[in-house]
Amino acid sequence: MSIIDTSSAPTVPARKVEALKPDLLLTQEHHMCPGCGEPLAVRQFLETIEELGVATRTIAVAGIGCYTSFSGSMDVDLVQALHGRAPSVATGVKRMLPDSLVFTLQGDGDMVNEGLQEVLHTAARGEKVTCILLNNGVFGETGGHMTATSVIGQRTKNSLDGRDAEYHGYPILIGDLIAQLQGASYVARGSVHNAGSVARTRKMFKRAFESQLRGEGFTFVEVLTMCPTGWFVPTADGPTYMQETLGEVHIMGELKAEGRVRTTEELHAENVAKQRELDEQIARGGIEK
Amino acid sequence: MSATTTSDRVLMEGSEALARAAIAAGCRFFAGYPMTPFTEVLEHLARLLPEVGGVCINAESELEAVGMAWGALATGARAATGSTGQGLSLMQESFSELTLAELPLVIFNMARGQQDYFQATRGGGHGDYRHIVLAPQDVREGVEHVQLAFHLADKWRNPVLIYGDYLLAHTQEAISIETVAFPELPKKDWAVDGSLSGSGRSRGVTSLGVSKVGEPAMGQEGKAQYIATKIPLMEREVRVEQGYCDDAETVVVAFGSPAKFVKYAIAQLREAGHRIGYVRPITLWPFPYAAVAAAAGGPNVRRVGSFELSAGQLVEDVRIGVGGQAPVTFIGGVSTDHSGFGVGRILDVELIADRILALHEDRELPLIPGYEQYSYQIQEHQK
Amino acid sequence: MSETPMSEPTVSIKSRGTITIDAGHCKGCELCIPACPPRVLTMSTAVNHMGYRYPELYPGCTGCGACLYVCPDFVFEVYRFEQPVVTEVSERKQ
Repeated sequence: MSIIDTSSAPTVPARKVEALKPDLLLTQEHHMCPGCGEPLAVRQFLETIEELGVATRTIAVAGIGCYTSFSGSMDVDLVQALHGRAPSVATGVKRMLPDSLVFTLQGDGDMVNEGLQEVLHTAARGEKVTCILLNNGVFGETGGHMTATSVIGQRTKNSLDGRDAEYHGYPILIGDLIAQLQGASYVARGSVHNAGSVARTRKMFKRAFESQLRGEGFTFVEVLTMCPTGWFVPTADGPTYMQETLGEVHIMGELKAEGRVRTTEELHAENVAKQRELDEQIARGGIEK
Repeated sequence: MSATTTSDRVLMEGSEALARAAIAAGCRFFAGYPMTPFTEVLEHLARLLPEVGGVCINAESELEAVGMAWGALATGARAATGSTGQGLSLMQESFSELTLAELPLVIFNMARGQQDYFQATRGGGHGDYRHIVLAPQDVREGVEHVQLAFHLADKWRNPVLIYGDYLLAHTQEAISIETVAFPELPKKDWAVDGSLSGSGRSRGVTSLGVSKVGEPAMGQEGKAQYIATKIPLMEREVRVEQGYCDDAETVVVAFGSPAKFVKYAIAQLREAGHRIGYVRPITLWPFPYAAVAAAAGGPNVRRVGSFELSAGQLVEDVRIGVGGQAPVTFIGGVSTDHSGFGVGRILDVELIADRILALHEDRELPLIPGYEQYSYQIQEHQK
Repeated sequence: MSETPMSEPTVSIKSRGTITIDAGHCKGCELCIPACPPRVLTMSTAVNHMGYRYPELYPGCTGCGACLYVCPDFVFEVYRFEQPVVTEVSERKQ
């Protein structure tokens, strides 16, 4: 029998390198389905806030979606917004408390369907907030319906034969749109389909928050997340399905940083290089933060 | 309420007076979208708020304006938004939900006429909610009401709406902005500022009945029940003015700017010996049902009229108040100017006096000039 | 862990780190299994109180944290040993 007892901490001298959950999460329990990508992103931005040491001036504004259930477990002052309206609410919060770190937590249905003009205008105004988009290309909470970011060919409950451009129209690449706006100082699209991407996304959160704290402008981090329930795929197939559908259209990378907007081709080349680098780090025994 | 400071009276447009009153009340955030006849309230606040360290945002839509005010309110700031009835229609989802979130929003409704009485008092949003609605009759009272609105909003943690109109927003009156003193209110320890993030006691401002892990949660039904039990308590804020009711044979109910015209017409009719009284609801919600009931129950009362610039909305509350003690007649009418923005042809003391007198003498109501042109004729298939 | 009968052939496996697994909170999504670079996680045959299978660790963990990065249910903690731990395991069971 060679299964290792993992029910408690090791008895030989060892250093804990990763905690069970972020300190800013009151409990590890949540109502997300098995294989959901959203908690992966939640861990990373909460740990980033801890790392930056700005928790006591952090205010979250939650949209409406599955992730809303974290509003009770995230140990940050929080304002619950209506579906789609979080960027405006965040604007009001930040204008009254300019020294705080304000971020929104929204899904693609919330931000890109219901609240598209809110996020675009908030970006255009250069509001010093960070909007976080958890983009899985479906309305997960209602059971897997098409959103404005569902890709062509994607099967959803109301596009049973796949999204047809002629009939349903084209997906909106929200990160690309926002990157074009002068008010945006940092725009990135991450993903949580594998450990390397999670680590890259973590860096994006950090850069976005830092840019906000420096008062540079509107910052935006989109994270592609798995929704095996809404996609009707086995949980273990979620990452591959995501890469082959959403990941092919919504290209991962920094869409705008240091005043430079990047093209899809540039991002793709960067992605190949970065994934190789991360795979090597993991093979060497850990990701460098 | 008592005035604590006095300053020289100056001739000032109503919109500016309301804006200055808001600032005197401590309002430091405003967001709005231009729309006649509300626009000038936004203009003045855009100019005046930055002077006192406040913020006024010209929002991209009414949906965003109310959302921004929502965020500012959540930080504990005094904040407001506004529009006309049409723009407020767009804000209704937020109105419903931020009432559940117990956010003390003040809403400036410079309505086009009085056709938004139902919108203001019943609301166009979802769920059980009520907003306290103050209806000033002129700019001077508006200045007082704006300050009262911010106080009541904080006192009850509930939105308060100022029901104004074209006249309130655009009439120039010689006034002074006197700061009104109110009893002290509790500190807003519910407001978010981030200071408790990471302490295990972080706060949440939410309409959903959700609480932080480890704290008792109301749940959606619990939250709705909690708000439902607050509503009857807020009814204590009822405000009303009445005149000549003791011996009246006829009682007329009217609110806002038109009430001032009605009062003037009734004073003239009194001089001519007609025993007519009036009731002016100052709060449209809570509605002064008891005052209307008492007036209608006067020893000589034979009839009650509702004068309003609409197809008949206030009249429904008047009927509830009168409770069958006397017949209730709608004596107002739709009245805007040709643009749809102003108060229209019915807001004329002579015309109003004619209609009140016709009611008083049990005659048929005189036709409103120009009305016959747009009367709906029943179609063959509808007979 | 290393109680292998003397007669059986064994191999030494070096672990640079280890993890704890809160099996009771696992929802059995299996995302950690392919994420593990040394491939030392497998799903259990038993199920937890919610009816989900959960990951089990075999020797060879590097403490890289990849499992934790992709775990939606926050079941892992990751440790790195000060000195690598060597485990003798039966060659047959490998």
